[in-house]
Amino acid sequence: MAEAIPVSPLTLSGPVTLATLDEVRQRIGPAATGAPVDISAVTRLDTAGAWLLGSTGRPVTGADDAQLMLMRKVQDAVLSGGAVEQRAAPHRAGDIPAAVGMAVDRFLAGTAQSLGFVGLVMARLAGTLAHPRRLRLTALAHHMQEAGLNAVPIVALMGFLIGVVLAFQGAAQLRQFGAEVFVVDLIAVSILRELGILLTAIIVAGRSASAFTAAIGSMKMREEIDAMRVLGLDPIELLVLPRLLALVIVLPILGLVADLAGLFGGGLMAWIELGISPSQFRTQLLASIGATQALVGVSKAPVFAVIIALVGCQQGLQVKGDAESLGMRTSRAVVIAIFLVIVVDALFSVFFALWGV
Amino acid sequence: MRSDTIIAIRGLTNRFGKTIVHENLSLDVLRGEVLGVVGASGSGKSVLLRSIVGLMTPSAGEITMLGTDVLRASATERAAASARTGVMFQDGALFSALTVRENIEAPMRERMAIDPETRRALADLRISLVGLPPEAGDLFPAALSGGMRKRAGLARALSLDPEILFLDEPTAGLDPISASDFDSLLNSLRAALGLTVFLVTHDLDTLQATCDRIAVLADRRVLVTGTLAQMRNVEDPWVHSYFHGPRAHAVLVKAGC
Repeated sequence: MAEAIPVSPLTLSGPVTLATLDEVRQRIGPAATGAPVDISAVTRLDTAGAWLLGSTGRPVTGADDAQLMLMRKVQDAVLSGGAVEQRAAPHRAGDIPAAVGMAVDRFLAGTAQSLGFVGLVMARLAGTLAHPRRLRLTALAHHMQEAGLNAVPIVALMGFLIGVVLAFQGAAQLRQFGAEVFVVDLIAVSILRELGILLTAIIVAGRSASAFTAAIGSMKMREEIDAMRVLGLDPIELLVLPRLLALVIVLPILGLVADLAGLFGGGLMAWIELGISPSQFRTQLLASIGATQALVGVSKAPVFAVIIALVGCQQGLQVKGDAESLGMRTSRAVVIAIFLVIVVDALFSVFFALWGV
Repeated sequence: MRSDTIIAIRGLTNRFGKTIVHENLSLDVLRGEVLGVVGASGSGKSVLLRSIVGLMTPSAGEITMLGTDVLRASATERAAASARTGVMFQDGALFSALTVRENIEAPMRERMAIDPETRRALADLRISLVGLPPEAGDLFPAALSGGMRKRAGLARALSLDPEILFLDEPTAGLDPISASDFDSLLNSLRAALGLTVFLVTHDLDTLQATCDRIAVLADRRVLVTGTLAQMRNVEDPWVHSYFHGPRAHAVLVKAGC
């Protein structure tokens, strides 16, 4: 593009546009004498150029009709626009306590809101149980497949690998005492009681809580939830309950899948590494571990399922109009769901310890 | 091809599976004109617009815009041509994570080396040019009304001072007062900036108030082009009912055709 070159003191030529803004400014900027600027040789003038000519405050000569009109239009816009200068607020001594106070307030409000949501869902659940025909069976089956059946491969693989790792690490330690056979107890207790269901819940929280938030959140953004409400349909009943019930049904099953895969992986490793044959493994397993261990583990699953489903759905319903909030809520759903699952698992440990199971 | 042709479309064909949207479509847009594109729903108006601006690759055909063969040019050449155009999408398509001012600054930030103060001043100028109040610059798109979103979308489309402006249904969903405000805004911007405008619309008032020429899309091609008055004499049944219906009648009587 040709450069805008001042031919005589203040005659501009060539294009005066956004692309040449800096060059033109350099030419006319320093010599702000108030002498007129001649633009009769300017080939192209756009709004950015007109703005620059106007902002120098010098009279402009040699403009044709179109250029005059453009400059007048830009000048009007600049005048009516007015400058809304944004100044950063200075920091004050009270800022930090105020921020802490606001964070606490938001946390309490959020907790109250979540409790309210739990109550609302429980009330709708009771209503649906009283009238079972209101339950959406198709949606329930769909979510059971999505969150349950489709998660089987990853959950089984995860369980298998945990079993392998436990057997391998346990063997290395127990061999020092010649107590290799107790690796069976180690694997069985840790997988059946804790790791199988906990890690399954974490995987499902990552897979399904995020999916629930994203699905419900994008429905919220497209006003589908509002459409349901005005049609007299209850979003809790239509969207939340099928997901909640589906997870409550499939999570214990997924937990059992992880348990079996873990025992299989642990048994395989014990056989390879320590020479404990499958029949030996089975005898030791049945002798030392009762069904209680497995029941303790699986009994936690429905509680985890409720946490994951409620967090995912609630975060989805909190999504606002913009894309940013969808992403923020989705990641928050996963973090909160995993965090709560671990906290509740710890509470369960204390509870079972006190109960003596 | 005429010397003042700014966009030339030749033999354009667009196919989606078995559905043929355009077949051997040809159209010229002349420098400095406002071309209104009308057609029934599903006649491929938006597909045509998306093909020209490079959002989709047609199955066959040739599109020359600002002297660049947009379908065969290199990525750099295409980017250079598209920097000279502005597109306003139907609902503004503003970036929801950015404020209105940041939305308008975004093209300048990406395409031009301009210092932040100038960029900000130019963004404020655009905001004021499209008739938004100065405070609107600090708002996020979610806080804007439909009409304001459209204006903000127009301001972003004008960000790089384009030569060609593409508008997709700019007045759809606006109340009649805002719609006619938009028409006069478009007229004054076009007179001052010397824009060429490619306007997809259903709005007969907008056609009457702003367009120099009208192109009717039907039967997978451009059925006819001409002025509003010429459209009245076209024999095709769809064109006839479009420009002789009760709504058209009210507009055209007012315009004195």
